[in-house]
Amino acid sequence: MAKPASALAKGVASVNTWVNERAGVDEFYKKHLSEYYAPKNFNLWYFFGSLSLLVLVNQLLTGIFLTMHYKPDAETAFASVEFIMRDVEWGWLIRYMHSTGASLFFVVVYLHMFRALMYGSYQKPRELVWILGVTIYLVLMAESFMGYVLPWGQMSYWGAQVIISLFGAVPYVGEALVEWIRGDYFVADATLNRFFALHVVALPLVLVGLVVLHLAALHEVGSNNPDGVDIKAKKDDNGRPLDGIPFHPYYTVKDIFGAAFFLLIAAFIIFFWPEFGGYFLKPDNFVEANPLVTPDHIPPVWYFTPFYAILQAVPDKLMGVVLMGAAVMILYLVPWLDRSPVRSIRYRSWMSKLALALFVVAFVRLGMLGLSQDSSTFELRLWTFIYFAFFILMPIWTSFEKTKPVPERVTS
Amino acid sequence: MIYRNLLCGLALLLGSGLVMAAGKYGNLDQAGSNVFDRASLQRGAALFVNYCMGCHSMQFMRYQRLTDDLGLSEEEVLEFLAFGDQDLSNYMKSAMRYEDGEAWFGKAPPDLSLTARSRSPDWIYTFLRSYYLTEDGWNNTVLENPAMPHVLWDLQGVQRAITETREVNGEVRTEIISLELDRAGALSAAEFDGAVRDIVAFMEYVAEPAILVRQRIGIWVMLFLALFTFLSYLLYQEFWKDVKK
Repeated sequence: MAKPASALAKGVASVNTWVNERAGVDEFYKKHLSEYYAPKNFNLWYFFGSLSLLVLVNQLLTGIFLTMHYKPDAETAFASVEFIMRDVEWGWLIRYMHSTGASLFFVVVYLHMFRALMYGSYQKPRELVWILGVTIYLVLMAESFMGYVLPWGQMSYWGAQVIISLFGAVPYVGEALVEWIRGDYFVADATLNRFFALHVVALPLVLVGLVVLHLAALHEVGSNNPDGVDIKAKKDDNGRPLDGIPFHPYYTVKDIFGAAFFLLIAAFIIFFWPEFGGYFLKPDNFVEANPLVTPDHIPPVWYFTPFYAILQAVPDKLMGVVLMGAAVMILYLVPWLDRSPVRSIRYRSWMSKLALALFVVAFVRLGMLGLSQDSSTFELRLWTFIYFAFFILMPIWTSFEKTKPVPERVTS
Repeated sequence: MIYRNLLCGLALLLGSGLVMAAGKYGNLDQAGSNVFDRASLQRGAALFVNYCMGCHSMQFMRYQRLTDDLGLSEEEVLEFLAFGDQDLSNYMKSAMRYEDGEAWFGKAPPDLSLTARSRSPDWIYTFLRSYYLTEDGWNNTVLENPAMPHVLWDLQGVQRAITETREVNGEVRTEIISLELDRAGALSAAEFDGAVRDIVAFMEYVAEPAILVRQRIGIWVMLFLALFTFLSYLLYQEFWKDVKK
């Protein structure tokens, strides 16, 4: 019995060697998994990175199957989605996984970004990790906007109309730009076709590429942690960080648990509440796009409403668009706006804590205001002001606040 | 720390989830329809094909589907629900042509496949029960001046509006305060509500046929994932023993 087994083992080993000499798989595996030392004190907030990756894979896989039945044609798009919902085997499940996944993508990404703000994960030497992350967020916004147009319902159509027309605010070339984006004088078949191409080919490629870079940059500098302590400063005799543990198996096994719990929540929405009270699937989008009937109210999907509220806060269209763009772009500057000598909020003063809390309230409140048609202008401006004040005043309070001493080793 | 973080996270999630605004259409009656009640679906289907499908289509719905989902034989579907020379694989389309509808009503009767999802079951329920007769013909308190007459009038009877004239901010306004049955129909008020409820249940089903299976499957998926979460938690604890020592 021993002989065939050893022959098999020999065979596997020789293939292994052959591949490794040519592709360095073992080295890659060690660098990114079995010998990637992550701080051992990750808490709940550190689940959202791997969950984002999980949702991305879900979107790619379900998207591929939707593409097999979806028709990017203004005449048939709406009906093809209903065909998927009714006549394609398990089509309803694939569609709900994709539509729920889209919203949950933003849920986990927003929580992931909040984690970075809370523990100063963007500070030196992780500026590039943050910049790549913000870029992923930007591309994700474009990706989801174009995906939302594809079912060709009333909200798809008029949402596209509103968002694309924002480019018309650009001086001199605005109108030409809008026409160039739409490919027609109004949102039409040409628009749907190009959005389909961008949604299923171009942007997913960019997104996956950026995610690879985001992870590569992270693994180069190592992960931050809730204490903001540099774990590489204290190493054992073998050169391993004392507070670090190999990503695999410790964090793979922990992330599997996180993923399982997340899927439990996702499954509840997919099977029992796929419209999620009209937030994930809007009632108006069950009416086919009609260029002749403008809906009374065209709110964007929930994950865009904070920025939509900022747009509404300004009476001038161009200034509103500029401010809305600035609200996202200002995220790029965070690594340089924060002057604090410590990373984690745990060792900062009440000023940082208050600022972050106010920022979160402003973001959530703006999100609520952006959903409604008649939000008070005063409130819109108040929270817009606080949103920007968080970033603009960051260099001031982070320079002046009295920080607490950071421990040498991670706590708990 | 972890509990505070958890609370923060929960507050965030709830904050974004509890924005639910009040109903889009003001005060609607609760339909109380039950899409899982097969008998109700069958009655609703019969009412729909008899009273609604003369003008309205359900262009995304095939007759075929009604067999399994409503528990009917192919012959029963063809005899009682599909009129004229229909094939089971046909979509449930009205015999009225689009152009005719446009010419006769000013606006072609809309397709009703997805109305329960775009308008809500409560809206349909309230709408169908809110017709009243005026000197100019039928009107409705949910949808003012509808192109559609009260097709269920022989079942419900004829309602008239009870109005009240009031002065609000120096402006004299006549408002409808209630609808009263002027002439009885074939059904009592309670029976009529039940009939409308059946139509609503059928329309809810047609708007999303998967609703009949997805919750049933969902329970098993949730049970599996709960077990998987529990086992993966045990695995995590086991692996992390040496980290936490």
